[in-house]
Amino acid sequence: MKVSWFRRQQYVQVRLDQKGEEGALWVKCAGCGDLVFRERVRENQGICPRCGAYFFLTAQERIALLVDENSFQDVSKPIVAADPLGFVDRQPYVGRLKEAQQKTGLRNETVVGRARLGGHPVILAVTDFRFIGGSMGSVMGEQLAHAVGMAAHELWPFILVTSTGGARMQEGIFSLMQMVKTVTARRELERVGVPFISVMTYPTTGGVLASIASLGDITIAEKGALIGFAGRRVIEQTTGEKLPAEFQTAEFAFDHGMVDRVVERRELRSELVRVLEFFPGGRDR
Amino acid sequence: MTVEDLIAELQEKLAELKRVARENGRDLTPDIAELEQRVAQLSQGRGAWDQVQLARHPSRPTTLDYLDLLMDGFYELHGDRLGSDDSAIVGGLAKFAGRTVVVVGHQKGRNLAEKRARRSGMAGPGGYRKAMRIMRLGERFGFPIITLIDTPGAYPGVAAEEHNIGGAIADSIHAMLRLRTPIVVAVIGEGGSGGALGIGVGDRVLMMENAYYSVISPEGCAAILWGDRSRAPEAAAALRLTAHDLLDLGVIDEVVREPPGGAHTDPEGAARSLGEALRRHLDELRGMVPGELPALRGSKFRGMGICEGAVPVTHEQGGE
Repeated sequence: MKVSWFRRQQYVQVRLDQKGEEGALWVKCAGCGDLVFRERVRENQGICPRCGAYFFLTAQERIALLVDENSFQDVSKPIVAADPLGFVDRQPYVGRLKEAQQKTGLRNETVVGRARLGGHPVILAVTDFRFIGGSMGSVMGEQLAHAVGMAAHELWPFILVTSTGGARMQEGIFSLMQMVKTVTARRELERVGVPFISVMTYPTTGGVLASIASLGDITIAEKGALIGFAGRRVIEQTTGEKLPAEFQTAEFAFDHGMVDRVVERRELRSELVRVLEFFPGGRDR
Repeated sequence: MTVEDLIAELQEKLAELKRVARENGRDLTPDIAELEQRVAQLSQGRGAWDQVQLARHPSRPTTLDYLDLLMDGFYELHGDRLGSDDSAIVGGLAKFAGRTVVVVGHQKGRNLAEKRARRSGMAGPGGYRKAMRIMRLGERFGFPIITLIDTPGAYPGVAAEEHNIGGAIADSIHAMLRLRTPIVVAVIGEGGSGGALGIGVGDRVLMMENAYYSVISPEGCAAILWGDRSRAPEAAAALRLTAHDLLDLGVIDEVVREPPGGAHTDPEGAARSLGEALRRHLDELRGMVPGELPALRGSKFRGMGICEGAVPVTHEQGGE
């Protein structure tokens, strides 16, 4: 299921590396409406220096924000999405894929790497919302299974940072089945006693929420995250219920016992390091 | 509206466009081409949408109908032991082919009042927690588990979100992957997204001939990708959601034949057909070592998905 991503004002898409905007020095913050200096937003961890609203982070920006300097080694599988259904809506799926690849410079929406956080070795997987809504198709399923497999092999904690609208419709039933596949992978970590920290950022919804993202040993929501299974519009249309303003926010998830903590973006790295301290990792533990 | 009506309507529009183009000498080629493409896609996909309609047919047999017809003495169990009893999912003990089994299934309701009470089979978190609880009971005693899927999707509501519907489905998938007893799943009507999958992780997954199984409802898909819910028939075709599609895609194990015209025309015939398939698969699974089933089930689903292999790296990813 998909959600309307732009309803909440706190996040905006900062299209830092999109063609045509490459040279733009200023970006507009959807939080306060001000034009802010792009470089300052970048330096400020994607946080508006004026009003504190969070901009979307690309996978690379997210990684840079979390890991020890120069510790990240990309070990993503060199795979790209196939088009198993020959899916065409207003646009063919293959066209959407190509566009997403050009826009993001990524092969696919999921980046997997070995990294260190506060010196602790981890396997880190990050999804990039710019790439077709960070949605989960066969590639994400395979990348996450691959990441978990490495974490289980190295006995390193696994950290998953999600920014995703849910299952990728264009891969139909295969996308749905990735929910089972990622949960199967998650079970490998239980067998070897490796911790899994799930970090939910804006947005973490639909099929990804209803599978691996909800199964963290420790679950952390970034402040301002949208966390929910069904989209607001679907709920309103189906039930006619009026939705409270804080509905499906990180704070809502916290109040209803879905996550352990809600953490500010600035604090996320130190928070993760703090959690990792409790889990001596690696082969020599 | 049937696909036939829709095609007829579009063809009328098409004729009108062509007439306007001819009489006024206007160039409407792009519009005409788009409409022609729609008609072609619809004709191609007409089977899919018809199947969705059949899967939703108001008099299609429900889980409880099949249990009445197939099982002896279904003994319904209630409650998730965590504060609720969601009647959109039913479950309990039954005798099937002379042996005790545990059955769990979505229940849509057989009349209007029941449909409302059961939310047409759209289960909330309590439903999946109840299902887990009953399936674990089966495992404790080595009873095989049969689940019947028939839901438009998990219930989208405020209370469902407050009680962590996403987490409940994730937990249920997780629980099913661990169960040591055989699990046979059959999609008997609507296989709506995560709400279906929440009780859908089996050693065997069967589909009735006119059932559908999809990542999203055709209407939802059409609304998001086409920006127009009325394009649902095209979305249904594009999603490849029919039983035969899923068999071709290698996601299910068998298509269970229905009587001509659909299960609702002859519920007894449909039940016989389903019963025969369930029995056959349970017999096969009975011969297997129970301890090995979770691993086999895991690798079955672990293998699902199609990607394309290595391509040259064109961009330095991550790690600045």
